[in-house]
Amino acid sequence: MLRYVLARLLTFVPTFIGVTLVSFSFIRLLPGDPIIVMAGERGLTEERYAELQQQFGFDRPLWVQFWDYFTGVLQGDLGQSFVTKRPVWDEFFTLFPATLELSLCAIIFAIVLGLPAGVIAAVYRGKFFDRALMSTALVGYSMPIFWWALLLIIVVSGNLGWTPVSGRIDLLYFFDDVTGFMLIDSLLSGQEGAFTSAVRHLILPTIVLGTIPLAVIARQTRSAMLEVLSEDYIRTARAKGLRPSRVNGLHALRNAMIPVITVIGLSVGTLMAGAILTETIFSWPGIGKWMVDSIFRRDYPVVQGGLLLIAVIVMIVNLTVDLLYGLINPKIRKR
Amino acid sequence: MSDASTTIARTVPTRRPGRLKDFWSSFRENRGAVIGLYVFAAFVLIAIGADILAPYDPTAQHRAFTLVPPVWQDGGTWQFPLGTDPLGRDMLSRLLHGARFSFFVGIVVVVVAASGGIMIGLIAGFAPRWLDTIIMRIMDIILAFPSLLLALALVAILGPSLINAMIAIALVLQPHYVRLTRASVLNERGKDYVVSARVAGAGLLRLMFITVLPNCLGPIIVQAALSFSTAILDAAALGFLGMGAQPPTPEWGTMLAEAREFILRAWWVVTLPGVAILVTVLAINLMGDGLRDALDPKLKRS
Repeated sequence: MLRYVLARLLTFVPTFIGVTLVSFSFIRLLPGDPIIVMAGERGLTEERYAELQQQFGFDRPLWVQFWDYFTGVLQGDLGQSFVTKRPVWDEFFTLFPATLELSLCAIIFAIVLGLPAGVIAAVYRGKFFDRALMSTALVGYSMPIFWWALLLIIVVSGNLGWTPVSGRIDLLYFFDDVTGFMLIDSLLSGQEGAFTSAVRHLILPTIVLGTIPLAVIARQTRSAMLEVLSEDYIRTARAKGLRPSRVNGLHALRNAMIPVITVIGLSVGTLMAGAILTETIFSWPGIGKWMVDSIFRRDYPVVQGGLLLIAVIVMIVNLTVDLLYGLINPKIRKR
Repeated sequence: MSDASTTIARTVPTRRPGRLKDFWSSFRENRGAVIGLYVFAAFVLIAIGADILAPYDPTAQHRAFTLVPPVWQDGGTWQFPLGTDPLGRDMLSRLLHGARFSFFVGIVVVVVAASGGIMIGLIAGFAPRWLDTIIMRIMDIILAFPSLLLALALVAILGPSLINAMIAIALVLQPHYVRLTRASVLNERGKDYVVSARVAGAGLLRLMFITVLPNCLGPIIVQAALSFSTAILDAAALGFLGMGAQPPTPEWGTMLAEAREFILRAWWVVTLPGVAILVTVLAINLMGDGLRDALDPKLKRS
C-alpha cells in the first residue's frame, strides 16, 4: 500500500510542474502586451515602459522568469491583480468559500436525490419507474445548464416570485465574514431573516449546478447496482430468505458504492466548469465569475493564478479519490 | 504475397455485412436509440438544407415586427411561425441556421479530437515506456484543468470566434481519446493474433493501423458520439459567455446570450434556442447509449 501511495504521489510532481508551466505560458501567449494593457487609455512613455518591464521582470530570459514564478508559487506568491492590485492568492481565497459553499450544496443535492433514484431504478429494472427515472436522468445529463438557469429564473423567480435572481444574500443584511460560508455566517450574525435570505439565494444556483452531477450519479448508481445484483452472493442472500430491503440496502448498495464514490469524487472538475456558468448567470461572487471577469478584463496574473489554483485543487481531489479507492479496493494497488 | 493474407482479403468483405447486420439488430432493440437516430438524421438534414428550409435570411431585420410572439400566442402571425427576436429577425430561420453551426462544430471537433487522439494513443500504446510516460503525463496536465475553463482561457488567447472555440474544445476533448485508445491498445497488444501478425513479419505501422486499431474502435465510436454532444454544449456555453460565435451569427448559445435581457418579457427568444440545444444533445446521447450497448457486449446486460 505504501508503495502505491508513493508511486501515485510521485506522478503528482511532474503534473504539478506541467500545470504551472501551462498557466505560466498564458501570460506570454495572450495577445496584447500586458504592460500596455495595464497602462490603459493614458498610454506611457518609452522610459516608463522599460522601467515597468524591468519591474515585472519581462526583460529577462523566459526560463529565469519561469523559475521565479515557480519558486513564487511554492511560497504562495502568485503575483498581483492588475485591476485591484491585491495579491491573487488573497483574492482567490476570499472568493473561494462562496464557490465551495455552492459546490457542496450542489453535490449534496445531487447525492441525496441521485442515489435513491439509481437504487430504485435498478430494483425496478425495466418497469415504469426505471424508465421514467432514467429518461429524466438522460435529459438532465444533456441539459445546457446556462439555459436551464434562465428557465428556472423565468419560472421560479419571474412568474412565481419565490426566489431572488442574483447574489448570495439581500443587501439589507450586513455582517462580518467569519467562515466565508454565507449559511453559517448568517446564522452566527443572529440577524432575523438573514439565514432564510441566504437559503433562498442558494436554491436556484444549487439546482442548476447540481443537475448534471445528479444525472451522472443516478445513472452510475443504477448500473453499479445492476452489476452487483447479478452476483452470486446476492442470490445466496435472497435464498437465505432475507428481506428484499435488506438485500438491496445492505448487501448490494454497499458494494455498488465503490464506483459511485469515484464518480462523485471525479465530478469536481464538472462542478468547477459548471460554476463558471452558474456563477456568471446568478452573479454569485465566487471563483467562476471572478475567472470569467478577469478573462474579459485581461487581468493576466489573475487568469494565470486562478487557472493554476483550480487545477491544483482538482488534482488534489483526484489524488485523494485515487488513494481512497486503492484503500477500498486492493485490486487497484497492484498495477 | 503469402496465402494467409489473400485468404484474409477474401474473407473480410463477406464477413463485414454480417457484422453490420448484427450491430444493427442489437441497436434496433433499443427504442430510445432509434428515436435518437431519427432526430439526429432530421438535425443533419436541417443543417444541410437550412438555406432552402428557412423562410428568411437569418440576419435580415424586419424592423416593423420586433418581438412578435409565436403563432399560437396572442399577437402571433403565420408570417413568423416561431416569432421574432428584439431586432425583428425570424426565430425559425435563425434556429434552422443554428443547426448548421452546431452540426459543423460537432463534426469538426470530433474529427480533429478523435484523429489526433487516436494517433497519440496508438503511439503511446506502442512506444517505449519513457515516451508513453511523457505522453500520458501531458494528457494528465490537460485533464487537470476543467474543460470549459481551459477552453475559455484558450479562446481568450486566440480571440473569440467560432473557429477558435472549436480548436479549443477539440484540444480539451482530445486526451479522452488518447487514454481510451492507449488502454485498448495495451489490452490488445499481448493477444495471440497480434503476436502472430508480428511473427508473420508485419511492420510497426501495419500492426498499429491494420491489426490492432480496428479492434479498438468500439469504445472510440461511443466516445465520438458522446463528445459530439459535449462539443455542441461547450460551443454553446462559450457562445453564451461571449467567447464563441459572435453576433449576429445565429449560433444557439450566442442567441441565448443576446436574448438574456428579455427573459421576463419574451419567453420565446430564450426558450426556443435552448430547446433546440437540448433536443439535439439528447438525441445524440440516446444514440450514444444505444451504440455503447450494441458495440460493447460486456455492458449489454444493463
